Amino acid sequence: MMRLPWFDYRAPRSVEEAAKILAWEGNGAMLIAGGTDLLPNMKRRHQMPQTLVSVRQVEALKKIANGSGLRLGAGLTLTELLAVRGLRERYRALAQAAAQVATPQLRNMGTLGGNLCLDTRCTYYNQNYEWRKAIDFCMKKDGEVCWVATASKRCLAVSSTDTAPALIALGARVKLVSAAGEREIALAELYQNDGIDYLKRKPDEILTEVLLPQPDGWRSSYWKLRRRGSFDFPLLGVAAAAKLAADGTVEAARLVLGAVSSHPLVIKSDALAGRKLTDDVIAEIGEAAQSRAKPMDNTDMDLRWRKHVVADFVGYALRELRGDDMSAMRLRIAKQLV
Amino acid sequence: MSGTARIERRRNVQLRLGVNGEDTEVSFAPYKTLLELLREDLGLTGTKHGCELGECGACAVLIDGEPQLACLKLAIECEGCSVETIEGLARGKELHPLQAAFADHGGSQCGYCTPGVIMTAKGLLDHEPEPSRERIREATAGILCRCTGYQQIVDAIEHAAAELRGERK
Repeated sequence: MMRLPWFDYRAPRSVEEAAKILAWEGNGAMLIAGGTDLLPNMKRRHQMPQTLVSVRQVEALKKIANGSGLRLGAGLTLTELLAVRGLRERYRALAQAAAQVATPQLRNMGTLGGNLCLDTRCTYYNQNYEWRKAIDFCMKKDGEVCWVATASKRCLAVSSTDTAPALIALGARVKLVSAAGEREIALAELYQNDGIDYLKRKPDEILTEVLLPQPDGWRSSYWKLRRRGSFDFPLLGVAAAAKLAADGTVEAARLVLGAVSSHPLVIKSDALAGRKLTDDVIAEIGEAAQSRAKPMDNTDMDLRWRKHVVADFVGYALRELRGDDMSAMRLRIAKQLV
Repeated sequence: MSGTARIERRRNVQLRLGVNGEDTEVSFAPYKTLLELLREDLGLTGTKHGCELGECGACAVLIDGEPQLACLKLAIECEGCSVETIEGLARGKELHPLQAAFADHGGSQCGYCTPGVIMTAKGLLDHEPEPSRERIREATAGILCRCTGYQQIVDAIEHAAAELRGERK
């Protein structure tokens, strides 16, 4: 039986109070919202914070505001996020991503902010203490070597968030608040390609809000590869967003891959601008994305196959943007229509 | 413990929560999950202890009417919550329609996932009295059953839903 390690517990009511506690407690404190990522990690002794600072009672983190765009409180559960009026119509990729995270029960608990800050994952890391001890641990926790590629100088654990690629494609920004002040950055800037230091969030900062621009003619789509229709983390995520002129010419586009790197991988998609989404153009972009994707052998399924289907999945996303009826394919892959 | 609650690791916590409609006061070690609180401190062993990591769904209970996993819920965060477990379903000797339907349709074989499935199904039927088979599948997708092949589980929930709507006896 895996018990949680001991911890002190604080439950502030406001962001300011939570920020003060984080500043005071220093590196020994960790934030907890839904707990669906942190608590399994604590049970496996990946993280053993001295103090848990729960933001569950901070009402301000549940706020939803329309204005010039949409502001989403980071404390919204994924179920609450999916109930936001107009989300599916205006920010479809986000709805498609959120609806495919984990399971319905876990979406009732896990939050948007939690999914954005999700710990990176790896076959050699997401194991209990005894298992990890038996392989003399790994670089990400308690050890020296990266067992995925023993010559690697950095940890290759995989970015496994579904909502981050979708939100980056949608041009989202996030607000980070600490006792010293606050800052707003593009969501893509929150991440870096390192399995250990995957977030540029400072330990005393709280991710409080996600800010989405007005859809303004942009369409978006998210496709997720996983073995089962529920539970599984992505083995590949493809988020695409584009602004199309009336005749179908692409004015601007963004393409982001999840789960093929230690951070959401933004694919340069300038090549799309000024062109129409013809089958040839889609194939060309798919191949370009596939050559950039570097999945490692540290999640489920065969590595080469996971790389091989990148072009296909980019194709599904771009065809959905183009207006093709992808419902049969989506039912086959996602087991649900969102 | 509300407000600027500060809980220290070495001291037992005392809090109140509703368990199956009963106001309950309980004292426990603060590292415990709701699952451990239910099984060890309240003696409610109907909620099953599976993977402990959110990968199986066996421990699903209703918290304020929503299916959630008790193994990933800190017990200290349940103060004032209403928790429903499998023990709260039967009325005396009379089974809840969901329990009866699971028995009648073979929705339960080894029985380990059954409390989690039934509580999740109750959460669904409380909100949507007439779900489609697709909807039932979707709502219960977070629970692994290794025996039934799921068909009988969906059958049982469909029948229980009809009975709860008063369409079948």
